[in-house]
Amino acid sequence: MKKSTLLAGLVLVLFLAIPPFLKSYGVYLFSYWLIFVIATMGLNLTVGYAGQKSLGHAAFFGIGAYTVAILMKAGFSFWFGLPVAMLGCFVVGLGLGFPALRVQTIYLAFATLGFNTAVWLVMRNEEWLTGGTFGINNIARPSLFGYSLDGALPYYYFILAVTIILGALLWRLLSSPWGKAFTALRDNPIRAESLGINVQAYTLLSFAIGAVFAGVAGALFASLVQFIEPAPFAVGASIMMYLMVVLGGPGYFFGPLLGSAVGVLLPEWLRFAQAWYLFVFGLAVVLLMLWLPDGLLSIPDRLRNRRLAKEASAARAESAKNAAAAAMGAPS
Amino acid sequence: MSSPVLKVTDLKKAYGAIQAVGGVSFEVMPGEIFGVIGPNGSGKTTMFNSVLGQITPDAGKIELNGQDITQLSPLELNRRGVGRTFQTLQVFGKMSVRDNLIVAAQEHKGSMASRMLAPGDSGLGAKADELIDLFRIRHVADKPAGALSYGQQKLVDIAMAFMSEPALVLLDEPCAGVNPSLVGGISTLLKQLNAKRGATGKGGSFIVIEHNMDFVMDLCHRIMVMVEGKVMAIGTPAEIRGNKQVLDAYLGN
Repeated sequence: MKKSTLLAGLVLVLFLAIPPFLKSYGVYLFSYWLIFVIATMGLNLTVGYAGQKSLGHAAFFGIGAYTVAILMKAGFSFWFGLPVAMLGCFVVGLGLGFPALRVQTIYLAFATLGFNTAVWLVMRNEEWLTGGTFGINNIARPSLFGYSLDGALPYYYFILAVTIILGALLWRLLSSPWGKAFTALRDNPIRAESLGINVQAYTLLSFAIGAVFAGVAGALFASLVQFIEPAPFAVGASIMMYLMVVLGGPGYFFGPLLGSAVGVLLPEWLRFAQAWYLFVFGLAVVLLMLWLPDGLLSIPDRLRNRRLAKEASAARAESAKNAAAAAMGAPS
Repeated sequence: MSSPVLKVTDLKKAYGAIQAVGGVSFEVMPGEIFGVIGPNGSGKTTMFNSVLGQITPDAGKIELNGQDITQLSPLELNRRGVGRTFQTLQVFGKMSVRDNLIVAAQEHKGSMASRMLAPGDSGLGAKADELIDLFRIRHVADKPAGALSYGQQKLVDIAMAFMSEPALVLLDEPCAGVNPSLVGGISTLLKQLNAKRGATGKGGSFIVIEHNMDFVMDLCHRIMVMVEGKVMAIGTPAEIRGNKQVLDAYLGN
């Protein structure tokens, strides 16, 4: 436990210390990474902890972004837009949970995918509201207690603070009885219900809370890129977020941190490959999935299990040797 | 004469033309271990699932402590004090044994909103430890339940049903797939749980479906024999053993 606290502290120091030494594009990438960490933390709750296969997460990301952008264009503050976006995502998230009460696994994935497509079509076609394919531009960055967050670095630290706050809240939620209820729901819903766990309520809430995280990420995204159009919120983005959760390790708290790094930073590192980049990225994902089907954060568990198995077989061999010696009446 | 914990009256359930359960009535008294035996296809599991709200019976009435519980959901039944185990293993594989026990009772503590802020063990640590010691699974208490042997998982599975101190526990083949040396252990455990709860005057009634005849005869106070969806006999183990009709139909010779 202590080792993981130390590791988390180290990661935090890196997130605080590195960006000032980066060029503005580097700071932008770090901001982008953290936004996806927030979004996939929510998806990790829905998919990794509660076991609900959702392929509609980018829709909430988009609802968050458009809510804030539209409200800010209408003259409202970011600080009014953000809670409205969160509330909106919570309510729509509850709604998306209902199909999950009837269908599961791949069928649920398709239902949520259909939802994502419907939301995307609204963003693309309802020009009066969303600007259609032209999108919404010149989205301002918020200020905090009078400090302007216009600069790349101040806005990055603002996103980092939000990430830490949301991470802490999620950590608290998962270590409460709710965390166990979500896991029970994932592992065996029929048994969970027979133990008095309200499977329906927890299913709906896993979608709704996950959606709120995506909504916050979307709101931060709109102010980061300052121009939004429907493309980043299409089905492809949902699949990418799902991939990030799976790569990092579904049901591991820090999985989204690593998964988003693979999804956001790896394509950047692969720029040298130019036209081959997608091929290399795809190949890397396939190999990673073959080698680590439970994600990157399953590595420590794997090493520990291997060590325990080795110890157990060593103990067995030892006791077998002793038993054999005793049976033969070994002379002392 | 005390009133029954569970009273089932004229329960019926048909699947198409097949009358799986055709008018079954019985009562389970406080502190009683009530066995249900019968050949495969005799309607034991259909009866069980009707009582547990997994399926909706066509007719009949099920009462728990005098209250009508027919057609209540499994969730609602659990909240009212009905615990169960399943025929197949149903532990939460990735959770530790201890967490499996805690999650088995946490929803009985406070409201859903208050549980969001409650400590992780819901104040059930002591209760979990008590059952861990009783079931002698202390050495695996912190391991993921899915990593245990079949027999150990079966013990965890049974212990989970008792965490919320239910008034009535239904056990569906607790000895299925368990090695013979553990069968005696499970019998002893159930007797201990029954005696302890009997002494405190709180529930302690079990219904046990089981094919292992020695286990049933040794454990149960009364036994119901079901054949082709109907009750053939209800009586003490001695009475059932001496029942010519039961011997012919089921125990066979």
